[in-house]
Parts: sequence; C-alpha cells; structure tokens
Amino acid sequence: MSTTTHSAHYGFAERWLPRLVLAPSFVLSLVFIYGFIAWNGYLSFTASRIMPNYEWVGLDQYRILFENERWWVAVQNLGLFGLLFIAGAMGIGIFLAVLLDQKIRAEGVLRTIYLYPLALSFIVTGTAWKWMLNPGLGLEKLMHDWGFANFTFDWLVNPDYSIYTVVIAAIWQSSGFVMALFLAGLRGIDDSIIKAAQIDGASLPRIYWRIVLPALRPVFFSTLMILSHIAIKSFDLVMALTGGGPGFSSDVPATFMYQMAFTRGQMGLGAASSMMMLATVAALVVPYLYSELRSKRRG
Amino acid sequence: MASVTLKNIKKNYTKDVTVIKNVSLDIQDGEFVVFVGPSGCGKSTMLRMIAGLEDITAGELYIGDTLANDVHASKRGIAMVFQSYALYPHMSCAENMGFALKLAGTPKAEIDERVKKAAEILEITHLLDRKPKALSGGQRQRVAIGRAIVRNPKVFLFDEPLSNLDAALRLNMRVELSKLHQELKTTMIYVTHDQVEAMTLADRIVVFHAGLIQQVGTPLDMYDNPSNLFVAGFLGSPKMNLLEAEVVAASATEVTVKLPKGLVVRSAVDGSNAKPGDKVTMGIRAEHMRLVEEGTPEALPARVDLIEHLGDIVLAYIEIPGINQILCMKLPASMTNLKYGDAINLVFPKEETMLFDAEGLALKRIR
Amino acid sequence: MADQSKFWRTVIYGVLFLVAVYYLLPLYVMLTTSVKSMDEIRAGNLLSLPLDITFAAWSKAWSSACTGVDCGGLAPYFWNSVMMVIPAVAISTVLGAVNGYVLSKWQFRGSEVVFAMILFGVFIPFQVLLLPMAQTLGVFGMASSISGLVFVHVVCGLASTTLFFRNYYVGIPDELIKAARLDGAGFWRIFFRIILPMSTPILTVTVIWQFTQIWNDFLFGVVFSSIESRPITVGLNNLANTSTSVKEYNVDMAAALIAALPTIVVYVLAGKYFVRGLTAGAVKG
Repeated sequence: MSTTTHSAHYGFAERWLPRLVLAPSFVLSLVFIYGFIAWNGYLSFTASRIMPNYEWVGLDQYRILFENERWWVAVQNLGLFGLLFIAGAMGIGIFLAVLLDQKIRAEGVLRTIYLYPLALSFIVTGTAWKWMLNPGLGLEKLMHDWGFANFTFDWLVNPDYSIYTVVIAAIWQSSGFVMALFLAGLRGIDDSIIKAAQIDGASLPRIYWRIVLPALRPVFFSTLMILSHIAIKSFDLVMALTGGGPGFSSDVPATFMYQMAFTRGQMGLGAASSMMMLATVAALVVPYLYSELRSKRRG
Repeated sequence: MASVTLKNIKKNYTKDVTVIKNVSLDIQDGEFVVFVGPSGCGKSTMLRMIAGLEDITAGELYIGDTLANDVHASKRGIAMVFQSYALYPHMSCAENMGFALKLAGTPKAEIDERVKKAAEILEITHLLDRKPKALSGGQRQRVAIGRAIVRNPKVFLFDEPLSNLDAALRLNMRVELSKLHQELKTTMIYVTHDQVEAMTLADRIVVFHAGLIQQVGTPLDMYDNPSNLFVAGFLGSPKMNLLEAEVVAASATEVTVKLPKGLVVRSAVDGSNAKPGDKVTMGIRAEHMRLVEEGTPEALPARVDLIEHLGDIVLAYIEIPGINQILCMKLPASMTNLKYGDAINLVFPKEETMLFDAEGLALKRIR
Repeated sequence: MADQSKFWRTVIYGVLFLVAVYYLLPLYVMLTTSVKSMDEIRAGNLLSLPLDITFAAWSKAWSSACTGVDCGGLAPYFWNSVMMVIPAVAISTVLGAVNGYVLSKWQFRGSEVVFAMILFGVFIPFQVLLLPMAQTLGVFGMASSISGLVFVHVVCGLASTTLFFRNYYVGIPDELIKAARLDGAGFWRIFFRIILPMSTPILTVTVIWQFTQIWNDFLFGVVFSSIESRPITVGLNNLANTSTSVKEYNVDMAAALIAALPTIVVYVLAGKYFVRGLTAGAVKG
C-alpha cells in the first residue's frame, strides 16, 4: 500500500478536506442504505399493513411468508429461472466469445450486434418479446404461415410454462454481456500459452477446453456473481412480459415483494420477503467479496 | 542554496513499525550527497521526509537555518525528481516545467523566461511544445529535471531518477547530472540502490541499512575503509570476499588469523583490542588477491572453478581446498590461459586484508 | 489440412451470422410492426415486410396512446425521464469522482472501511430500501416527485460511480500527486488541474453507465412516482399492459422503440465506452 499518508504539514485544510468530501456519501449510504436496511428489518417484525404500524409481532410475518403458497411459487420460479438463465447466458456467451476470438473479420460489427440488447430497458425487451410470443399473431401465426399447421406456442398464457418465456427473453438480453466479459478475458491471455500447446500437438477445441477456459476461472466467477445478482433482482422483465401471471404462476420474489408491499397493503410481509432476498444476495456476495479483497491484499 | 541538517530524525508508521531509527547528518551547502542502501533501508523515506511528503515522527530537520519540520512541502525551497518522472500527461513539457511558478502566481513572461533558460541548460528546447507521451524515457527525465531547475530550489532531491532508464542512457544521464551539479552548484541529495551511481556521483556517500546510517564518507574513503561488514559487502563490484577466521596473534599494527584447515593470513590492522581465539571475519577485495608462483612464502593453494572474460578484465572464481566458499578474483585481461580445474597459488597481501570483529565492526587499518 | 480449416472457418462464420440474425430479429420485428397498420399486422405475420409504411402508430404512441386512464401518449413520460436523468447522472457522477479521488489518493484511517461499505452497496437488492424510502420521501414532501426519484437514483448510483472512479484513479501514479504537492497545489487544485483533465475516459464510461441505468430503471419509477412524475419505462409498461381497448401492437412497438431510442443512440455513438463500463463494473474491487 503506497499512498500519501497524512502529515502535520498538510495543514488543517488538507488534513480534513478528504474526510469532509467523503462525508456526504458516507452519511448518505449509512442512513439511506444501511439505516434503511435496519428499518426495513424492523418493519418485517411488525404488523404493518397499508401504513407502518410498529406493533412488534416477532417472527409472525416470516411464519406467514413461509406458509404462503404464492411465496414458494416465487422462490421456485426464481430457482428455475436463475438456473436456466445463468446456464443459458453463460453457455451462449462463452461459446460466442470463443468463436469471436478466432480472428473473425467482422468482429466489431458482430460484437455490436450481440451487445445492443444490453442497452435496452428490460421493459422494452419484455414488451417486444411479449408481442413476438403472443399466441394469436406472433410466433404461432408465423409458423402456421410457414406450413406448420399444428404448431402451438402458448407459453405466455400457460401457467406451467410462463416462467420459461422470461428465461428466453432474459438470455437474449444478457448473453452478449457474458460474451463481452469472456472476450475481454480471452484477450488478456498470453498468446504464447496457446502457441506452446499447439506445438505440443493439442487441437484447438482441446486447447480451449483444457487450457484457456480454466485460466478464465476468475472471469467465470465474477460473471456468475453478476448473473445470479441480476436473477435475484429481476423484476422489470417479469412485470413487462407476464406481470407475474397467468395468476401468480410466473411470480418471482421481487414481484411478490412489490405486490405485497405496494398493491396488497401487506407491508410487513413485503418487508419480510425483501429481507429474505437480501439474505440470499448476502450469502452469495459476502464470501465472494471477502475472497476478492483477500486476494487483492495478498497480491 | 542551503545546507541541510538532520538531528535525531525518527520515523514510525505505527507504534511497532519503525522505518528510521535515529539519523543525524550535516549536509553542506552545495554538496552532492548520495543516500545508498538496499531496498527497505529507509533511504527513500528519509528523502521524502526532507521533501515534506512524509511526517517526521521525532527529531529536527533544518533547511538552511530554518526548522522545516512543519513547513509545507511546496514552501521548503526544494525540488524533487521522481523515478517515474511524474510528468503531468495532459500538459506540454513547457507547461509541466512552469506549473509550480504558475500556481505561485509568477508573471507569464518570467515563467517563459525561466522555462526557456532551464530548457537550454538541458538541451530540450525543441521538446517544449510536446506532450510527455511523445518523448523517450531519457527525454522525459530531462523534462523532469527541468521542472526542478525552473523552481530555482535551494536543494535538489533525486529519488532513484535513473532506475527506469536502460543501461546506456543511465551512464549518459549520470555524466550529465555530474555536469549539472558543477554548473548549478546547488545542494543535491540523491537516493539510489545502485552503488556505481553512488560512487561516481557523490561528494559524500551515506550508506543506510535497517533505518540507521552505517557510514558517511567520500566514495574512495568508504571503499578503502568500510567501517563495518555491511558497508564492506555493499560497496564494490564484485562484492568483497568475506571469510570466517579466528585470531591467532594480535598487536597494534598486525593481526594474524587462522582460516579453516590451518591456513594463516596476516593483516595490517590495529589489533589492540583483539586477543587470540576471537572470532572475526576476514575481507579482501577481488582486485587485491595476487596470483603467485608455487613456493612463494605464505601462498595459499587454490583451484579455478569458473572463468569469466569481461574483455577488459578476467574474473576468476576459485576455491581454496578445505574452505567451503567460492572467492572471486579480478585479473588483468591478459590472463586468458586460465581454465576450469587449473591449480593456482595466491597471496592475500597483508596491507589489503581487512578484519571485522564479532559485531561486524572494522578493525582500523594501518597503512 | 487447408481444406479442412477452410471448412471450419465457414462453419464458424455461419454460426456467428445465424446468431447475429437471432439477436437482430426482435429489433426487426419491432421496427416493421411499428410502421404497419393493425389490418396489415393481422393479415401478415411477424417477419413479413411492411407493404404500406405508416407512421400513425408512432405519432399515436408519442402523443395520444392511452396508458391506463389518461390518453396523452408517452411524450410527458419521456420528458419526465429526461428531467430525472440529467440531474441524477450529473450529481452521482460528480460525487463518484470526488469519492474515488479521496479513496485512492487521500486515504486516511478508516477510509478503507468507508470504501467497503460503499462497495457492498453495489450488490444490495434495492427491494430492502423501498419501504423505508417511500416513508422518508413522504415525510420530506418528495414522494411521487421527480426530485424524489433523482434523490433515490443518486443514493443508489453512488456505489457504482465511486467504484468506477476509485478503480481508475488507483492506476494514476501516486508520484504525480506528490509532484503536484511539491509544485504547491492543494487538494482541490490537484483534483481540478491534474486529476480531472486525465479523467475523460472514466467520465465518459460513468456518464454512459449511469444514463443507461437510470433511463432504463423501472423499479424506482413504478414505486416512487405518480401520474405527473412517471418515467418512460413505467409509461411504456402501462401502455403495453392496458387491457381496456383492442390491443394495438404497432403502437406498443413504436412506444417500445421510443423508450429505447436514447440508450440505443448512446450505445451506437459510444459503444466502446459502454463495453468498458460493463467490464469495469464486472471486475469489482
């Protein structure tokens, strides 16, 4: 750690200015992030409904939450969505990154195309896919026009499949992101490693599978972190695409929380569900950050 | 121009981490002093304390007659040249050199004048409008030195300024720095880990080790009379040969020691405080060992392990049977017929042999 | 051997091309649908080219489409978003820059703790802040106002902007700061004369990142706004999910494109910085 340490002859201003400058942000995040988390935690132990009501009810809201069928549908959906979304986006993203790494002529153009969905709002993505997957005039009609008279595609309105439409749209939006991260990682790998392996007689697919991708483990983990984080936070896409429906078949915790807290007047329950979301994120992120910071310090 | 005086300077980063233990030093006005030592010895910390970039934990720092401990870095009348040049990348060279004056509110005409003058001294006038990015390493270092000259400081501080340059350029800049000092006659303090730079540039060398000054002196005096084992080992290339030994006989003008295997060597040092049986370290520089014919009195038998031809000289790495250590010997370039495995005989002349006691302190040489 | 590698290269190009088509398809569908009439939409299919190009859907989406009960199109929401995004981006970027400067170049006892605190903020699911924030904004009279939204975006954007600047400034050598101090520059002069002129790349990255995040936000928009202060994403969602009238897909698509236009333009103009922002955000700490 080589940093300018403070010293007596900095003068009063230079000694206190840095603290003063950092203070607003420190106070903002202390009060409006950490203070609010505590407040929200407190709300989850109260009987608050439409308005906050600070009557302490202990773990009642959590008991109600865990007995709520809709919550478990939401949790299940998140698990299913998270798994498929992460696997799909990772697979496609890594695949595209490896292909683009083969000295492709139109790389710039292709990269731009693969990445542009990321600039879009999930609401825009949801609206667009909602139209395309629409059972009446969308994909189904297209297939009929092409001669597949028996083709049906009703996932958007089928409670058993509605969550999968969210997966499709989410992968479309985010796989370019994975591609960009891995491509950056691939470009950072020393070319001579690949050359050496080629001299050893390894085939190109084998080199990637055995040498290059394992070297990208850190990229893999940070991407995994970001994708699972996106999955847990996902709210906009579900709202725009299915609104959590039909019924509550495609609810996820984020939409559940919103419904309870802001439209159903179940503030305490909403607070409890958001605390569960925070706990999940913390369980993922804290070990990750800890190991990151530790390796930084050692490095 | 000013002298610099350090009185009992100490530096702690935290309670337990002491970087400078107790340093006192007088630097004369106009002197070129080089702080030298291995990395982590405290020499750079000392320089940064003089500059005002680090707090002084205890002790007094005088620049001229002024107590400077609490004077702001920019008001101490010093200028510093950094290893990484530290040029502002978005400013042209002229702007870089004039920045301090501009901040001080100096009129533009005067800034231009002084920048121009400094540029002429360093022969970088043609570079003034360029950005640092467009310059080579050597040119950047000139601009960095120019930035220091423009401020017309009382003391110049150099923090390993040549370490980022390649070997040829380093030699070049070394000569130019010497010339610059002769021209400006300003006090200069220069930090380096390179003992060659220290030997060639300094009026006086200050050797740092473990937060303490080990020795202060002119380059040649220090080379000939290192006060302790650390200085003896640090200055000189190849390093001084050091061998464990035991005192056999001691007088005020000569000490006889015994190497392992009963080999006996005499040394012209003051042995008043030594007595037979004392453990000592014997030191002899590579260029002082002499190759002799077999049968010469006091000759030691040895065997050649490796020969390095450097063109102007020959380095022979030799082993004395029974002593588990390779010694290095500097020979004239004509000795090209030596080869691996040759049996040779050598002598350690007693005037050139040094002794260090169990604490590592040198016994005074008699010459 | 040469034939074989030529074959594989063709396959690679083929795959990449097909994937590109897949990525572009939704955009194509949105564009063509938005310039068709409803009759044409019913007659043709997703991929059929528009025969009779009309911008009626665009004009309706902009000025007269119904979002729930009111029928003023997306225009007011679009301007709400503009009014929200400009101050929010400006404030969060400025704070991020000075925070990053302090955290990298003027560290003091405890500044690492502050950094860790801010860093964790990047990961927090904002759902935990919604309820207390709604209460607080109400108390300060900022509920359902654009200024309230600006405040929320600044608080929640601080973590990313601080991280971006801090990581960039760590790469600027400390010796530069020392040299500037010897030259007589203080805290602010070093920032404005030395650091800021070197910050163009990271400023661009941060501004683009914050702009896309805030423009595309839906969660805060839907929770903290009322009819007068709704941002465009909420307007679009209401428009597309209004079930009172016959579904007009051409208007939906035109509306979606209007909502997407600013970020797409930014992406096309400064795609390089956009990608850099993503990678910078990914390699945290």
